[in-house]
Amino acid sequence: MDAIILQILNGLDKGSAYALIALGLTLIFGTLGVVNFAHGALFMIGAFCAVTLSRILTLSHTIIDDTQKDFLGNPLKVEVPYVHDIFGVATGDAIIDWAVPLSLLFAIPIMIAVGVIMERGLIKHFYKRPHADQILVTFGLAIVLQEVIKYFYGANPIPTPAPDAFKGSFDFGAALGFDPNLIIYPYWRIIYFGFAAVIIGGVFAFLQFTTFGMVVRAGMADRETVGLLGINIDRRFTIMFGVAAAVAGLAGVMYTPINSPNYHMGMDFLVLSFVVVVVGGMGSLPGAVLAGFLLGILESFASMREVIDIIPGINQVIIYLVAIVILLTRPRGLMGRKGVMED
Amino acid sequence: MFKLEKTDLSLLVIVAVLTMFAPFILNPFPADSAMAQFNAGYPDLMQRFVIFGVFAIGFNILFGLTGYLSFGHAAFLGVGSYAAVWMFKLLSMNVVPAIILSVIVAGLFSLVIGFVSLRRSGIYFSILTLAFAQMMFALAYSVLTPITGGETGLQLALDDPRILGVSQTAGGNIPVPSIFGLEMRSSAELALGAWSFTFNVGYYFCALIMLVSFYVAIRIFRSPFGMMLRAVKSNQQRMNYTGLNSKPYTLAAFVISGMYAGLAGGLMASMDPLAGAERMQWTASGEVVLMTILGGVGTLIGPVLGAGFIKYFENIFSKINSTILHEWFAFLPDGLEDLLVNVLYPFIGKGWHLTLGILFMLVVIYLPGGLVEGGQRVNGWFRNRGAKKSTTKTTPAE
Amino acid sequence: MSKTDVTRRGMLKTGAVAGAGLAVPTIFTAQSAHAFTNEPTGGTVTLGFNVPQTGPYADEGADELRAYQLAVEHLNGGGDGGMMPTFSSKELQGNGILGKKVEYVTGDTQTKSDAARASAKSMIEKDGAIMITGGSSSGVAVAVQALCQEAGVIFMAGLTHSNDTTGKDKRANGFRHFFNSYMSGAALAPVLANAYGTDRKAYHLTADYNWGYTTEEAVKSSTEAMGWETVAAVKTPLTQTDFSSYIAPVLQSGADTLVLNHYGGNMVNSLTNAVQFGLRDKQVNGKDFQIIVPLYSRLMAKGAGANVKGIFGSTNWHWSLQDEGSKAFVRSFGTKYGFPPSQAAHTCYVQTLLYADAVQRAGSFAPCAVAEALEGFEFDGLGNGKTLYRADDHQCFKDVLVVKGKENPTSEFDLLEIVEVTPADQVTYAPDHPQFSGGALGTCNNGA
Repeated sequence: MDAIILQILNGLDKGSAYALIALGLTLIFGTLGVVNFAHGALFMIGAFCAVTLSRILTLSHTIIDDTQKDFLGNPLKVEVPYVHDIFGVATGDAIIDWAVPLSLLFAIPIMIAVGVIMERGLIKHFYKRPHADQILVTFGLAIVLQEVIKYFYGANPIPTPAPDAFKGSFDFGAALGFDPNLIIYPYWRIIYFGFAAVIIGGVFAFLQFTTFGMVVRAGMADRETVGLLGINIDRRFTIMFGVAAAVAGLAGVMYTPINSPNYHMGMDFLVLSFVVVVVGGMGSLPGAVLAGFLLGILESFASMREVIDIIPGINQVIIYLVAIVILLTRPRGLMGRKGVMED
Repeated sequence: MFKLEKTDLSLLVIVAVLTMFAPFILNPFPADSAMAQFNAGYPDLMQRFVIFGVFAIGFNILFGLTGYLSFGHAAFLGVGSYAAVWMFKLLSMNVVPAIILSVIVAGLFSLVIGFVSLRRSGIYFSILTLAFAQMMFALAYSVLTPITGGETGLQLALDDPRILGVSQTAGGNIPVPSIFGLEMRSSAELALGAWSFTFNVGYYFCALIMLVSFYVAIRIFRSPFGMMLRAVKSNQQRMNYTGLNSKPYTLAAFVISGMYAGLAGGLMASMDPLAGAERMQWTASGEVVLMTILGGVGTLIGPVLGAGFIKYFENIFSKINSTILHEWFAFLPDGLEDLLVNVLYPFIGKGWHLTLGILFMLVVIYLPGGLVEGGQRVNGWFRNRGAKKSTTKTTPAE
Repeated sequence: MSKTDVTRRGMLKTGAVAGAGLAVPTIFTAQSAHAFTNEPTGGTVTLGFNVPQTGPYADEGADELRAYQLAVEHLNGGGDGGMMPTFSSKELQGNGILGKKVEYVTGDTQTKSDAARASAKSMIEKDGAIMITGGSSSGVAVAVQALCQEAGVIFMAGLTHSNDTTGKDKRANGFRHFFNSYMSGAALAPVLANAYGTDRKAYHLTADYNWGYTTEEAVKSSTEAMGWETVAAVKTPLTQTDFSSYIAPVLQSGADTLVLNHYGGNMVNSLTNAVQFGLRDKQVNGKDFQIIVPLYSRLMAKGAGANVKGIFGSTNWHWSLQDEGSKAFVRSFGTKYGFPPSQAAHTCYVQTLLYADAVQRAGSFAPCAVAEALEGFEFDGLGNGKTLYRADDHQCFKDVLVVKGKENPTSEFDLLEIVEVTPADQVTYAPDHPQFSGGALGTCNNGA
């Protein structure tokens, strides 16, 4: 029982990341009809916003400490961050410690800008082109983006820890009346789940309850008619692309303490998030979210020792297996519409 | 001749001439010159050109004709390689049975996977093929290690129980793949002044098979069967309404292109008897999609050009390091030399991925029809400049 | 393009006719005319450095490449000579190898066995490399080693830790200086018993591929010999990035020690996740919960940040060693590049020197002669103390370092501290040890 609760928690947490990325992908696909292979790269860029901010915060000048030696036997150069000079050591350290949450603010304008530039500069020219061309050009873009990041940040993962206040884990077991230590879950992952829920809820509310959202939904259903009504749907779609980029970017920022970011993390998520979108049904936002959580939970269950013992290797293939079964039983994924991306 | 139309025949002849003279064409620079870096006329790369050419030709039969975008085609190449290496391990070092088995095995796999995947179309089909291929990759890498060699790849050992043939050569080494005694790796070298050219048995073997595959592909493109496949691409619904069941045709195309992939896999294993699981990863499947689109989807020669382009990049550009760059620009003043090297270095050597990505984008944005379209544009440009010059044009336009 | 083709062909035709008329026997040579593959004939000799330049191990590959460039510089008489003065064999003169200037070509393994073989083949076939070295994973090392055996050149392995490289997949033309899984287990076990006691319950998470299997087996058997109990061993997919679903059940199993048989990005992520779960703050069976990482890499430890503090592991070499060889190497490398070398850089540098020295002693570049010179070679002064290149399996036997994540690092390089230098005797095993069984060296191959 405790093992099952634990894996459900795990699944919700994994599912949050999948759902956030898939949500952005579906937003772009649903509004613009573009298959964006560079979406994983947006997630990665978001993560590197956090890295960049923590680099900025720890910008340092060096002072020479004669009492210590470096590896060559020369006097040690000690790096002193400027924030120490400005705010004092205690406050300065606190600011550095909170770099990741602070990056959320830093990342929103950057990601929206990146999204809008991408749409206006590149994607715009591909609305009328075949999906294969869209895939290829965005795939090329993804390679370029990740190689640029690699050039500046190297190939190794870069640690970006959560604030000290969120280290350690919460003991659900003790709270629910099980033995202590049986069901523990890290604070930061709980926050990630909550964060994902807020973002997903926010996007749905935005589309559901604002006039802007209503127009966008109308445009998703029938772009031409909305255009004929004299509404500048293109501009709204550009903004939606920016929003989708921001969703992916924020998902990336918040993900950095969970796994140290590296330049290929976008590609790692890319295939998976496509599977999620397709299983959910192309163009369906609720489908993407549902599929994200479903696959997250199933993946967690498949990695249980008891399950692997019965079916070796199941943890390696579960996602794909589920995708095949769902696509064969439900032709357009869980909640897909007829005729989308079928030709 | 060969029951081909005149344009197709001339295309085939041109391809044949190009492949037969590839050792010369690919080695245009003297062996000791600085430009020798760009020579591609060594056996391994030439073999890769034609093997991936076979792979891309086969992929194009499915994607170019029916429009079904398979994102898991590398899996068939992978199983083909495994089949061939197992044949080497168990039966004999002769490449003929190995290649035959690899084609059969890949055909069986593609029959099963195609039968299931073709129940859906569009991106749903792509994801189904991707899912099958990724499952095969993941299992081959881990739990199937006894059969596939896992991460290391399946390789020959000194104690293989080879039924027709010896486990070890007289010198105590593992025998090498051969065709009726003629070793795949044996080469002859021709030195002409500063130039040197290598003629490799394995390359010519692969090149002949590539030409046969190319010929078969032309026949398929021009056959009624090919017309049916094109009909599937242009409007499958209308085809269904006229009472035709398109499934057998698409399935046949899928199996044929799977067998091409298996053939490529068998050839790869015959040139280099090791089969690695990475060949089946989605990136490898993506690579053949890139080759086809880069060269020109639906054209006969395009995929071969695309394959050559990408493999050239991977093998030649990645080997340029900063020392070589410094040598090139050594004639410049120091400051300028360093500046140029620093500007160029991110794009070559370890940065070859970056350049490849940029090139993909440029080709897709400006040449939607791939390299073939580029060739046609250049051709048209020459024609406009002067009708007389255009007679020397050999770039095949399909 | 078409026009140049025509002219070129025309040019070639005339060339071919002229050539054929002049001297057929000398210009049209089958490769078997050489005594061995890529016999260097001019005043230079070419080495092939095949390292990961793209993909997750690119930084490690870059460090290997730096070490190779340094080694080439030293062999050609440039720089301060690095470890050449401290090396026990004094054959190397600083005038290249056998008087031939050392040149090199580089390639990208992409950490894929296929790509690595393609790259190595191009070095052998196109650039005439006489020796191939490098790599940052065992799969690549084994694949390239087999290729070098076939082609008839020497392979000096770079960073490869799997038992298989000199176990079931060993080859006569391949040599490994780096240590292996068995040695890690043998070196770690006594230190762990000292620090954590002999009645621990261990839970293994193992990367699901060859290196993971051999490391799990080695650590399991040596810790079990100490009295530890293995509660469970779970395989994790190599492509896994989030290990939470594998780490969450660890506490439920009643284990009090977690062994992470992961390397590279896997290790960074699994360790980060394990620390996130607060495992190290827990008490199980009345003991503090502990985590162990059998193979440490400083470059990768950096990615895990503060999470490595206090965690035991083993490593082949570390820049803080105080013997003359290590000091000379760190000085030489640090002066040139501004930061200390990694263990990957060290093993690659040493392998290049060892190869050059063996050629010098053999007086020939012929692979069989070089192999004979390396087999059973005993040396010192290259940073690991007295070392033997064992003839039976071409594995180096030397001291192994047991290290621990440092509590108070003074710089971004100062992440590990050496806990113990386990003497070579303690990690030596018989050539027919079960963990290394199957496979044979075969005979050396000089190629065509």
